Amino acid sequence: MNVSLTIPKQLDIAAIRQEFPILNREVKGRPLIYLDNAATTQKPQTVIDAIIHYYTHYNANIHRGIHTLAEEATAAFEQTRDAVKSFIGAGSREEIIFTKGTTEGINLVAYSWGRKNINAGDEIIISSMEHHSNIVPWQLLCEEKKAVLKIIPVSDSGELLLDEYEKLLGPKTRLLSIVHVSNALGTVNPVKQMIARAHAVGAVVLVDGAQSSVHLDIDVQDMDCDFFAFSAHKLYGPTGVGVLYGKRELLESMPPFQGGGEMIKEVSFQKTTYNDLPYKFEAGTPNIGDVIAFKSAIQFIQSNGKDRIRKHELDLLEYAHRELEKIPGLQIIGKAKEKVSVVSFIIQKAHPQDIGILLDNRGIAIRTGHHCAQPLMDRFCIPGTARASFAVYNTRYEIDELVKGLQRVVKILS
Amino acid sequence: MSPDLSIAETEKEITAEFALFDSWDDKYEYIIDLGKKLAPLDPKYKTDDNRVRGCQSSVWLVADYKEGKLYYQADSDAMIVKGLISMLIRVLSGRPADEIIEARLDFIRDIGMTTHLAQTRSNGLLNMVKQMKHYALAYKIKDPVPSKN
Repeated sequence: MNVSLTIPKQLDIAAIRQEFPILNREVKGRPLIYLDNAATTQKPQTVIDAIIHYYTHYNANIHRGIHTLAEEATAAFEQTRDAVKSFIGAGSREEIIFTKGTTEGINLVAYSWGRKNINAGDEIIISSMEHHSNIVPWQLLCEEKKAVLKIIPVSDSGELLLDEYEKLLGPKTRLLSIVHVSNALGTVNPVKQMIARAHAVGAVVLVDGAQSSVHLDIDVQDMDCDFFAFSAHKLYGPTGVGVLYGKRELLESMPPFQGGGEMIKEVSFQKTTYNDLPYKFEAGTPNIGDVIAFKSAIQFIQSNGKDRIRKHELDLLEYAHRELEKIPGLQIIGKAKEKVSVVSFIIQKAHPQDIGILLDNRGIAIRTGHHCAQPLMDRFCIPGTARASFAVYNTRYEIDELVKGLQRVVKILS
Repeated sequence: MSPDLSIAETEKEITAEFALFDSWDDKYEYIIDLGKKLAPLDPKYKTDDNRVRGCQSSVWLVADYKEGKLYYQADSDAMIVKGLISMLIRVLSGRPADEIIEARLDFIRDIGMTTHLAQTRSNGLLNMVKQMKHYALAYKIKDPVPSKN
């Protein structure tokens, strides 16, 4: 018997849309067109069901109880850790630490690794296209330790100036903390190459994967980053869950970030010994239900295939670039050669806020403003942009509607 | 300002005007039109001190006090916000401090613009209203028995 297991080359987008109940709702009397996926993605029914199932059938605190519910909850929670491990190609499950989100992951490294390893005069490198959450923790650390923050500049097309990066590297460089994909521009940075250069001078590297983990294949071992932080809610999962990956030897050398239950081995008033990885960094009761549901989000991505999702998203990106540029006075900010499905733009004589409000009137959700990347907006001498970002469930039809909406915006505001 | 009408009456007048529109698009077109017609603010007033903090658009607000009444001038780089300010000025400008402090400003809700008062980081209307009332409060404290100077 011949059994063929051919995987279709193209995704059935109409069928995928059916998995997202929110896409059936209306906004201001029109069908919702959700183009704010870089802020957060919508959730498939399987993720919503997993949360409901947990609270309906086996809600319990994990790791400590010996009753059936606690065992079931612990098993499900730890299954997500295994799913994350394979999703990002980590070497072991102990290297996967659950956090509240990317921001907490970065702060964990800044407080724990940073306070132990950064000294006066040491240098930390970030870039001009960082989200505030990959700027402020390092500013705080540099202030406390009298260390120096160095900034990789960005080109007019929205790409990192790698020659300038090379010049910043030196014997005092202790850390490179770099965004994998820019939330405001969609630029994909050549992190693998940059990590190798940073390692050559003995620096440790953190990659902010908040935007990349949903769009790109992530293999932390191949990339060779020391830390990788991302959030579940940007990849079809629940809010309030994030992951910090760290190389085991680094994590083992680091002091705990927060003290409390779960993270200890033994506590006495004379001395407390800490639990093993990953629990050393997971003080207190975690966000159990959402971590469990996160596995369903990973399964959603894996069952559709990241390569096929990326192909669809890049088709939307290319189409959006082409169609948006036909609008008079519209300028796309960020035209890197390597991008994910994010389009930032400005329109002459139209404030991004006005654009956002008028599009919302037509049921179209985009993001406007500085995208928590004010230094990057300063770089381009603009107060902010309008940003459309596409996910697997978006369609060319929705981009046509966006273009129609923008044409009307131009007409009303001029 | 509508000198013959009270604050509440002016609010009712605006609400009645908006009742004529069927669609959100029409409402916003009208607001944008009001924004375009707002008297320009002298650039010398566009200072950091006069800025009303809102996350996405810049709003500048100045208040004058004459004969016990406040007179507002304002501007913004965003057109819808400018239209909203224009309505606030129509309702509040030229009134005594006490009336401004007590103003309910229900018209914002009645014309369906409550979203602009929401606690999101995206707009400054709430801060604008607060700032207008703060000016009124400040002048009231400075001049408890309004002089006719």
